[in-house]
Formats: sequence, C-alpha cells, structure tokens
Amino acid sequence: MSDQALSPPAASASPPPRATWFGRLIYRSEAARGFALLSPTLIFMLVALLVPFMILLVMSLWTAVGFDFDTTLTVNNYVQATERPIYGALLQRSLWISGIATVATVMVCYPMAYYVAFHVHRNKMLWLVFMTMPFWTSYLLRIFAWKVVLGYEGVINSALMNVGLIEQPLEFLLYSKEAVIITLAHAWAAFAILPMYVSLEKIDKSLLEAATDLGDGPVMRFLRITLPLSLPGVISASLLIFIPTTGDYITPALLGGPDGAMIGNLIQKMFGPINNWPMGATLSIILMLVIAFICVAFILMTMFVRRRIS
Amino acid sequence: MSTESYIRRPNRPLQVYAVIFLIVLYVPILFIPLFSFNDSIYVRFPLEGFTVKWYIELFQREAVWNAFMNSVRVGAVVAVLSTALGIFAAKAITRYRFPGRGPVVGFIMLPLVVPLIIFGVALLVLFSQMGVPLSLYTVTIGHMIVCLPFSIATLLPRFEGFDPSIEEASADLGENAWWTFWRVTLPMIFPGVVASLMLTFTVSFDEFIMAFFLTGTQPTLPMYIWGQLRFPQEFPSILALSSFIIAASFVIVFIGLWINRGAHFSTIKGDDR
Repeated sequence: MSDQALSPPAASASPPPRATWFGRLIYRSEAARGFALLSPTLIFMLVALLVPFMILLVMSLWTAVGFDFDTTLTVNNYVQATERPIYGALLQRSLWISGIATVATVMVCYPMAYYVAFHVHRNKMLWLVFMTMPFWTSYLLRIFAWKVVLGYEGVINSALMNVGLIEQPLEFLLYSKEAVIITLAHAWAAFAILPMYVSLEKIDKSLLEAATDLGDGPVMRFLRITLPLSLPGVISASLLIFIPTTGDYITPALLGGPDGAMIGNLIQKMFGPINNWPMGATLSIILMLVIAFICVAFILMTMFVRRRIS
Repeated sequence: MSTESYIRRPNRPLQVYAVIFLIVLYVPILFIPLFSFNDSIYVRFPLEGFTVKWYIELFQREAVWNAFMNSVRVGAVVAVLSTALGIFAAKAITRYRFPGRGPVVGFIMLPLVVPLIIFGVALLVLFSQMGVPLSLYTVTIGHMIVCLPFSIATLLPRFEGFDPSIEEASADLGENAWWTFWRVTLPMIFPGVVASLMLTFTVSFDEFIMAFFLTGTQPTLPMYIWGQLRFPQEFPSILALSSFIIAASFVIVFIGLWINRGAHFSTIKGDDR
C-alpha cells in the first residue's frame, strides 16, 4: 500500500517510521509483512504441532522398560507392529470401518447438499445453519446419544418390546461394528455436507440448460454435468471424514465392544492402562503414514478417473 | 436468467428426503433431553413421568460446578487467544502475497483433518518429556490447536468480503496501522470476530479428545461426563447435564453462525445472483 509512496526518493521528509533494518524490511516487503502478521499463529502451530510430532517420532524408536524408557534407538517397535497380527488386524478393521462410514456418509449427504444447492431458494442460510449445527456441538454427547438409542434397554429395543414386535432385546444393536459405522456416519454428516454443497453451488446452471437443450434427460444431465463438476466437493468430503474417523477411539470405546475396537483404542490404551508409550508412539506414526498413503492414492486415482471422463 | 426454469422445478422426493434427513440428524440428540425429564433411573420406554429432580440433584453437586467452571475458563481463554491469532492470520492470508502461502495455510489447517488422537498423544509426550505437569494450561494449549483453524476459517470470508482499498484510504488519510485496524478493519470484520469467539468457545467447551490426554487433576465438563459414564446409577444425571450442554451449545452456535451469515453469502453467492 505504501510501496508507491516510497519510490520517489526524498519526496517528503517522512522516512520509514522505524529506521532499523527490521523496520525497513517490514515497510518495504509485502512478504515480510505477511509473515510478520502470520508469525504468531505459525510459531504457535510449529511449536505445538511439529515439535511434539518430532518427539513422538523419536519416542517410537525407544523401548519401554517398566515405567521407564530405554532411549537407545531401535526399530524394534516397528518390527513388532508388523509381526504381531493384532496390530495389522486392528488397523485393517479401522480402515474398513471408516471407509464404509465415509462411503455411507457421502452417499447420504450428497442428495441433501444437492437439494440445498439447487432447490432451496429462500432461507438457504437457515438450512445450512441447521444442517451444520450438530457438528459444532459435543462429539462425545452425539455418540452418547447413540448409546441411549441403541442400548440394550435403549430407545429402539424398549420401543420395539413395548409394541410387541420382539420378546428379547436385540443384542446386535450395541457393541458391534455396525453400531460404530452408524454412529460415525451420523456424527460426521454435518461436516460432509459443506464441501459438497459449495462445489454444487458453484456449478453454472446454464450448463445444465445447455445439456437439456442438446437432448440429455435428467439422468444423463446429472451424470454428465452435475456429478463430474461436483467431484472435487465429493473428494474433499470423503477425505474430511475418512482421515479423522480412522483414528477415532471414543465411538468404538462407547459403542464398539470387543468386535468394534479400532486402532485408536489401542493407541489410547498404550498411553493409558498398558503403559507402553513407545509402542503407542509407533502405532500413531504408522497410522499417520497409512492414512497419508491412502489419501495420496485416492487423490491420484480420482485424478486419473477424471481425466478419463473429460 | 429466467427464474422459473425447469431446473428450478420443486422436486417432491428430494424435499421429503431433506426433511427426513434433518429429522434423523436431530432425533438421536433429542432423546437425551427427553429422557432427562423421565422419572426413572432406566433409559427406556415407556416414559414413567415428568420430573426435574435430576437437574436439581445436579445443581447441588460441587464436582459438576467445578468441572463447569474449568470448562468455562479454558473455553474463554481459548476463544480470545485463538480469535486474536486468527485475526492476524486471516489478514495475512487474504491481504499479502508471500512465498509458500499455500503450504503454510495447509499446515495451519491440518488439525481440522488429522486425527486429534495423534496430536493429543504427541502433546502428552512433549509435556511429559519436558516435565510439565498436566493441568488446565495443557488443556488450553491442546484446545488452541483445535480452535485456531476454525477461527481462521470463520474469519477468512470476512476479510475476503471487504475491499482492501477501504483500509488503504484510511492509511492515506493519515491513520497509522493501529488506528486503521481499530476504526476500519475491526468494525468491518466484527460479525466474524463475534462468530469466531462463540464458535471457538463452544468447540473448546465441548472438546473431549485433546482433553482426554491432557487433563490433569481438574476435569473439564466432558471429562467429568466421561468419568461418570461407568456408573449406571449416574445415567439420569448425566442425561440432565448433557441436555444442558447441548442446549447451551446449540444456542451459542446458532447465534454465532447466524451473526456471520453475511460472510457465507458473499463467498457462496458466486454467479447465481
């Protein structure tokens, strides 16, 4: 904003307010000013995210000895993690559960995002607020709510028994993989709608009219225009659900039972009752690597598919 | 553009779907307040009768009040700090071009997607290696990580929505950077600031995953609930407490989102209108 004012040399008697080299740098360079403004946030995030993560990485190379650590670096934990089948099985199950939850959530939410983007004309904001509001409220309580609904003597079971449809409570409702999937899908639905809504809303409506004028029916119009153009929203929604749910441990802890335990539960136990912090660190690192790998693969795959479509 | 094009024809099945969607989204949560007024220790149909005794009983518990005050304190500090940092960051991101802006923003927004359990255990490891005892301060730091991306995401559209030339005009008319900020920038982004304060407060107030790893001897409200979940006889009072939290959260979040709705419109509107 003041770059032009500076260029005529000695135009006025107002030199930069601070004559130190730092002051001059801030005054002249846009990048320096940007970084200066961003620096509190950036430094906080670097200290609070990157530093702990480095220590976690180092700790994953230690070994637990009783209540203490043996700090000689070794990849023993990683070897163990690949050799003992329980870790692989839990990881696989976590990916499977959150994968299904992601697909379910995206499929359920897409029509909703489509509806608000194309068919709501008045009070659009009110719809958006109501759809996303549950996301901001307590995650723990939303899961707790499902415990109330699905419980052994919960809403569904007691209601069905009252009506006389069943004699005994249905046991498969609570403490199963299905319970975890339903709850995850419900808990993250509000989060999934927004990116899909934004990409649907951006679609130029005249493209749809053009498709219709050129003879496409509603189905072809959707498949050839709307769906490909909203694909970025679908991809980001999928990633936004898949990544956090893979590491979730509250839902499986409250609703999963032994059948629905996920890798997050084991990590939490490693830092809690089992008290093997290095192994917990190792599992966290492995979880992050696996998630990163899957996301990159997913993004590459969708890019490939999109190129084939268009 | 014609307002009554065939694309804009109402779609009955989709309308029905939307209504069902909203019902399914809210009904499980609404069972909590419903049963919190039920005069029975068991959470099951049929309802036994109306009572507020669980709320009264809750009101008299000191532990609940302590946990509540802990959560409010943490939430208030987190809201103010992360909104303050968020204002600077959002201004830097929208107003200045600098090398590596994309990756830097991506890095700051990372806590939105990466499983919080990883950040939780990483911070726990850091604090224990540094010999920092777990307390409300450690919880506050953890919550800052969670709330900063939300604060920035709330404020970004505000900054994008107003013309930087207004700020430049103020500078040209002789205001220094500080007064320009107070008299021009802040009033323009004020709804965003209020929304950010309210949303980050709620997120921190309700946050559980970070608190789980970083809480010391003083529990936050969600941690208190988690501790009580083991005892079946506590179930009704937990329902009452949860109803209170849910009601408060919904009110605060609704006001926050509603105050800031203008920002959404300016970015979402696009080429439609």
